Order: sequence, then C-alpha cells, then structure tokens
Amino acid sequence: MMPAPLVELIGIAKGFGQGEARVQALEGITLSVAPGEVVGLRGPSGSGKSTLLNLVACILEPDAGVLRLAGETVWEGGWRRRDLRALRREKIGFIFQFHNLLPFLDATDNVALALTLAGIELPEARRQARALLDHLQVGKRATAMPAKLSGGEAQRVAIARALANQPRIILADEPTAALDSERAGVVMDLLRQVAREQSAAVLVVTHDDKIFARFDRMVSLRDGRIEAAGLPAAALTAV
Amino acid sequence: MNLALRDIRHNLGRFLLTCLGLGLLLGVALAMVGIYRGLVDEALSLARGLQADLWVVEAGSRGPFAEASRIPGDVREAVARLSGVVAAGSLTFQTVEARHAGGPGSDAAPTEDVVRERGGEAGRPRIGAVLRLQVVGHEPGRPGGPPGLVAGRGIGRGRLEMVADRSSGLPLGAMVEMAGTRFRVVGLTARTVSTGGDPLAWITLRDAQELQFRLSPPAARRAQAGGGGGQPQDTVNAVVARLSPNARAEEVASVIRRWKHFSALTAAEQENVLTRSVVERARRQIGLFTAVLLLVSAVIVALIIYTLTMDKMREIATLKLIGAPDRSIVALIMQQALMLGGIAFAGGTALLLSVKDAFPRRVLLGPEEVVGFGLLVLMICLAASLLGVRYALRIEPAQALGG
Repeated sequence: MMPAPLVELIGIAKGFGQGEARVQALEGITLSVAPGEVVGLRGPSGSGKSTLLNLVACILEPDAGVLRLAGETVWEGGWRRRDLRALRREKIGFIFQFHNLLPFLDATDNVALALTLAGIELPEARRQARALLDHLQVGKRATAMPAKLSGGEAQRVAIARALANQPRIILADEPTAALDSERAGVVMDLLRQVAREQSAAVLVVTHDDKIFARFDRMVSLRDGRIEAAGLPAAALTAV
Repeated sequence: MNLALRDIRHNLGRFLLTCLGLGLLLGVALAMVGIYRGLVDEALSLARGLQADLWVVEAGSRGPFAEASRIPGDVREAVARLSGVVAAGSLTFQTVEARHAGGPGSDAAPTEDVVRERGGEAGRPRIGAVLRLQVVGHEPGRPGGPPGLVAGRGIGRGRLEMVADRSSGLPLGAMVEMAGTRFRVVGLTARTVSTGGDPLAWITLRDAQELQFRLSPPAARRAQAGGGGGQPQDTVNAVVARLSPNARAEEVASVIRRWKHFSALTAAEQENVLTRSVVERARRQIGLFTAVLLLVSAVIVALIIYTLTMDKMREIATLKLIGAPDRSIVALIMQQALMLGGIAFAGGTALLLSVKDAFPRRVLLGPEEVVGFGLLVLMICLAASLLGVRYALRIEPAQALGG
C-alpha cells in the first residue's frame, strides 16, 4: 500500500493582478510528494516554479484547489490554519539558494535558532545542533561564522538548520546554484539521505541539469501548468 | 538567544561608532538641560543667598532684579519697626566694570576651585584686567550680607573693603578699582553670582551709594547751576527683611503694600519674578533648542534603526520563513534601539559630567535631570524604532527565497 503523500496539491490555481493585467501564474496544478521521495521542479523563468514553492510554503494563498501538508488540509477555499508561521516551523524545512544563514550567528547557533524557535532550551538546542552538524560532516566548523564557511559547508549548515526540527517536508530553492558540480552532487546525496532517514518529502526547484539524475521524479512546469512529470530522464527529454 | 546582542557583536565597530555620534548629540542636549538648571540656580542663588523673607521695593516695581527700584534708605527703619520683622537691611545693586589693581597675593597661583569656577581658565585675572562684577551694597551686620564666606572675613565697619565671589578670580588682599575708588578684597564667597552669571561683590552701602549715585564733577556742577543739589545719596534699591518664625510673610507684605510709594514681595514672589521674568526668555530659548536637539536625536535614531533593519531584510525574511514569531523580530529591533540609546546616553552623560566644569557658566545636573533625561531618551528610542518595526513587519518571508 502506498503511504499517504506529505505534500498534496489538487487543482491549485494562482493568479496575480486584476482585469486585463491579470497573470495566471498557476492553473490546475495537481501534484503529490510521498514520504522519502525527492522531487525536482524545473521549468523556464516565469513558468510558476517559485509561485508553486511559495504556495507549498504557505507564503502565498492559492485562489482555488486544495493544499494538504503532512495529512493536514491547510487550504481549501481559505486558510484552515491561523498561525501559518507555526505550521512552517513544525512541518517544513527550507533550504535556500544562497544558504541564508544569519551572518551574526555561528554555525551551531544558526541551527540551534530553529530549535529554540520550537521551544527547546538553548543549551539543549546547541547540543542537538552540534550532533546534527557532526552528522552532516561539518562538526569541525561548528563555531565558525557563516562568512568563514565555504559554499559547500554553508549549504550543509543550512541543511542542518532545515532538518533541525525534523520536518516532514523539505523545500529547497535552487540549493546547488551556488555550488560546483562535485559539491552540488554531495548536497543532493545528502537530501536523498535525509529523505530516506526521516521519511521526508523533498521538493527541489532547480535549473541544474547535472543533478537531475539524483531526483526520484522530475516535474516540468511551463506557463503555469505541469508539462511533464516522471522520471528525470523522461522529463529531460520532454522539455 | 538574544539576536539583537549577537547582531551588535557582529558589527561592533560600526555600532560603537554610531553610539559615539549619538552620544555626542545626546551629551549636547543634556548639556542644554544642565545649562538651564544652572541658569535658574544662578538666578535664584542671589535671592536665596541673601536669606531675605521680604523684599521692600518701589511701588509698581517687581524688585531690583526685574526693574528699576529706588526707595529712600530710611525706609529700612520703618520696615524694621513692623510687627514680625526681626531685622531689616538696605541694599543697592549695580553691575560694574572694575579693574584689578594688584595687591598682595595677586600673583599667587589660583586654587583648583577658582580655576573650576572660572570655567577652566588657567590663572587669576591679570593686574589691570577688567572684571565685570555685580556689586551689592549692604549694611554690615544687617540682612543682605554675603552668605557663607569660604575665605577671609566679612566687611567690618571700615570702608573700601570688599567681599567677592571666588569665581571672580580675585585673591584675598587684591585691590579692585571701581569708578576711581580702590577696594581691598577681605573675604571670598562661593557660588554667588548674578542672574547674568557675573560674580557678586559686596561692599558697604555707603560705598555703593557713592558709586551708584555720586555725580561726576561736571554733572554736579551742572546740577548746582540748575538750582538743584543733585539726587539725595541715601537712596537704595531695596530693603530686605527677616521675619520671626511666627510671622507670615504675606501678612507683613500686605501691610507694606498699603504704604504710599512702596511695594513688597515675599521670598517666594521674588523667586517667581526671577524665574518667570528674568530667566524666562533664556529658559524658552534653551528649552526650544533642547527640544530641537531631542527631535534631531529621535530622527537620527529612527534613521539608524531603519537602516539597520533594511540591512537585515534578508535575515528577517529568513527568520519569518523558518517560523520566528513577530515578537522575536520586534524584540530584535527594539532591543537594538534601546541598546543604542542606552549606550549613547551613558557615553554622552559621562562625557558631559567630565567636562561640565569647563563651561563658563554653571552646568547643574542632578540625579533627577540625568534619570529623567535617560528615560526620555529611552522613550525616544522606542518611538524611533517603530519605523524600523513597521518596515520589518512588512517584509515578506518570500523575500528570503531566490537570488
């Protein structure tokens, strides 16, 4: 029996603007990501990738459809949850293109911050953060400030922060864009490892065709619609 | 985890430089408060120092500090006979440009107190230097004499003696020439200055009357040729009275007000005249300037906090995206504003307290002024941070995404 999807979008639509100036960014998007699955989202500029990611992150409100996250209906004709920030804190981990580590906190505290926001006391949060950094093989750089980290190290710390609260959903916005091929491959392997270990659903927006092979599934968007969905090789040939 | 503190530590140099600039501005604003308090204190020090319960002046006049007041010297006797009056003394007041005419001790090095009271000037006034003094003519042994001598003695019955405030820089034994007459400094007082900040100098009433009312030889000749004998010399500017503890100043004053040509002010009324009319313009001027400085400080704090918040736009968006509540973000901004204001205020205050004695006029700062100003600065910082808070709350979490 297939496990219930952690990310589920049914007939999602989103437009911006009014009247003639209105742009339909997404139309009839139906997509699901299962636990342990790593799904890539690709498409040309303006195809609706970022809008889709923002919708799943509950940053944007859909116009129509149903949005379910980790089994909870989050949007259906309106938000079903009042505190969306708490929802993100509890269920979603974010990985950014340029790591977005807070420059005034060292690696440990960048990770510990996510834990303290979830209510864990600072000493315990720091202990867990160090363990996570060790697990991601950046433990030796635990006290380094972000400016002193290499691109790959910083992205690992960012991944550690995203994983700190053991979210069921991980959203990544071009996580390998600032990395060379080798480091990009390492980061993707790490995401695959996390997806397996934590049974998390990973949705990655990417343009980086060098890492397509590392996805379980690729979804191609064009003009706000899903153009192709399937194995990475199929998506590559379809677009 | 205190994000505000961590952010400050990360940019410590920039933050401290900002604090330094703001501290200097707040120091100037606090100096204005101190100058105003000093102005009022100096204005009142003369009236308070004379320890008079009642001031008898010319009818229609508000006393010798606000308006011209001339009354016959013999009024003192009438006042002294009133029920409730313990003692009365006649006084004259005049501002004089005197010349330091040397004398023993004139070349001695000044004490630290003298240097401080002279606003940091090194050395005494040179022999021949012109000194601006507020000269008080009084009757030795009667109310109105110099309060609290810090050196030397009071004026005896002898003439041509002077007690001067030590802020004049005159040493004991120095000779001072006024209108061609030489006086010897026999005593020194401390912190007795006029409303204009000039050091006070006491001489006998008779000497003062001669200085004030004596006509120059040509003027005397003209007066005589015109058939007049000139002005009578027994004229004073005010009569001050000390009352018995049981007497009510207002009642005694009302008796005097019924006399023709005379009016009376209680000590409280005299202080009111001094603060309301004599220093009112200065008070408004300084108050307005202080308000402008505080407004400028508020604008600067608001701009600094706003700029700091703008610099952290991406970090704030990231915080929102990873689930930080608004209160954490508001706390980050407000704590930084408070730290900025607090450190700048402490620095500005410390700087001012270390240099306040170098000001030419008294800068008076007590705990009340410092604490009150500190609270005002903190309130300004909180209000000024609202602009940054508003900006931060409008940052969209989506701004953390993308390049």
